[in-house]
Amino acid sequence: MTAQVPKIRLRGLRKAFGTKQVLDGVDLDVPAGHSMVILGGSGSGKSVTIKCILGLIEPDAGRIEIDGQDMLGMDRREREAVGDRIGMLFQNGALFDSLPVWENVCFKLLAQKRIQRRDGRDKAAEVLAQVGLAASVGDLYPAELSGGMQKRVALARAIAAQPDIIFFDEPTTGLDPIMGAVIDGLIVDCVKRLGATAVSITHDMASARRIGDQAAMIHQGQIIWTGSAAALGDTGNAIVDQFARGEREGPIQMALRR
Amino acid sequence: MERLLLDPLAALGRGTLAACRTAGAVTLFALEAISHLLRPPFYWRLFGRAFAEITWFSLPVVALTAIFTGMVLALQSYTGFARFNAQSAIASVVVLSLTRELGPVLAGLMVAGRIGASFAAEIGTMRVTDQIDALTTLSTNPMKYLVAPRLLAGTLGLPLLVLVADVLGVMGGWLIGTFKLGFVSEAYLRSTFDFLEAIDVVSGLAKAAVFGFVVTLMGTWCGYTSKGGAQGVGSATTTAVVASSILILALDYLLTELFFAR
Repeated sequence: MTAQVPKIRLRGLRKAFGTKQVLDGVDLDVPAGHSMVILGGSGSGKSVTIKCILGLIEPDAGRIEIDGQDMLGMDRREREAVGDRIGMLFQNGALFDSLPVWENVCFKLLAQKRIQRRDGRDKAAEVLAQVGLAASVGDLYPAELSGGMQKRVALARAIAAQPDIIFFDEPTTGLDPIMGAVIDGLIVDCVKRLGATAVSITHDMASARRIGDQAAMIHQGQIIWTGSAAALGDTGNAIVDQFARGEREGPIQMALRR
Repeated sequence: MERLLLDPLAALGRGTLAACRTAGAVTLFALEAISHLLRPPFYWRLFGRAFAEITWFSLPVVALTAIFTGMVLALQSYTGFARFNAQSAIASVVVLSLTRELGPVLAGLMVAGRIGASFAAEIGTMRVTDQIDALTTLSTNPMKYLVAPRLLAGTLGLPLLVLVADVLGVMGGWLIGTFKLGFVSEAYLRSTFDFLEAIDVVSGLAKAAVFGFVVTLMGTWCGYTSKGGAQGVGSATTTAVVASSILILALDYLLTELFFAR
């Protein structure tokens, strides 16, 4: 019996900016249909890792596989084809200021010519309803929305093209705890409905437990632990447990003191 | 002593290498943008928006500049030429100066201040707020979407603007010539067109096309490569205006050599 190929597999991923080695051999497997949360302190390389997978940053070395295919060995068209199946929710939403909400939501569908422009408003209304927003929001501009609504619109944009992999970068940053929980609930619902594989990065432990079924900890450019998200805080790994409990004393602080 | 000699040379070398790197990067950026103009899809809607911004919405400032320049030119030429009884040449001087030099250069500088800054600020803000990365994740090439339509709009739009500026500048000269300096209207206009050749207008429009390309190229490049938040965007905007203004003046000399040097 052969082992199932992970949806995403990273091997020996390395990336340096100048003299700073941000990723120092990241190895990670994300099985299909699972929701993986990557934890780590500020500057630990979480965002760089997902930007490498998305093709926004070229790694110095290593291997990135999606469905067993080496992304770095692909030509531009092949990479774009894989990219078409990926959705991304950016930390600050990254909504296009100059476009109304409906056009933001349907941007990928219009770019891929999967819908006509005249059908965009109806399609956007359908997707906005999935994230709890009224169709009338579609005619507003991003600057007219609250932070929570912007996150919902960004989520709607990430799921509109029904991707089979979705990345979430700090989905609850800047939101109050209740809105954070609402966004987490929407993320879980959307990922389940699509049957997608999800990778999230977050500092928020409550959010990590809500949206992840698996978790990984990145520290000093390497994945030092992977396991069940439910076990966070009681993993037996001193670094992970300190981070999950938010304790001042522990190996991470010791490393900072040196 | 040795350091006193070598340090300035080292600094000069570093500066030269940095300038060469930047020139190379801008050239590659321009070539990539041009290559996207030749491959579908082309974003006509964005082209139309940029074209309107460069032509229609820049028209008031360029029109005022052209009219006042024509008026000042007529007035200055009159006071100067009157010293050796050459007042009759004023209309020709006004039209030749405007079509060959002042029209394209002043319109180029005005558009550099208005459009170059606006493109750099808009694209720079998109860069520092991850909107450019978002484009990539939404199956859209940012160069094709943000840069190529703007470059084409600048290259085609500025000559149109300069054509209008030429007409308005000549009209400014005519207003001063007839209402203040006592020229007969028909004689002024005849003198305007008697010495005007096609190359005078065409060379000005060709310069305008080059300046339009340069202004939009520097605006988009500075915005696209900006980093470091609000300060980075501010710096990109300043660099875009300063760099395109200097390039307009330098290229104006080179193009004048190309068209008129014997």
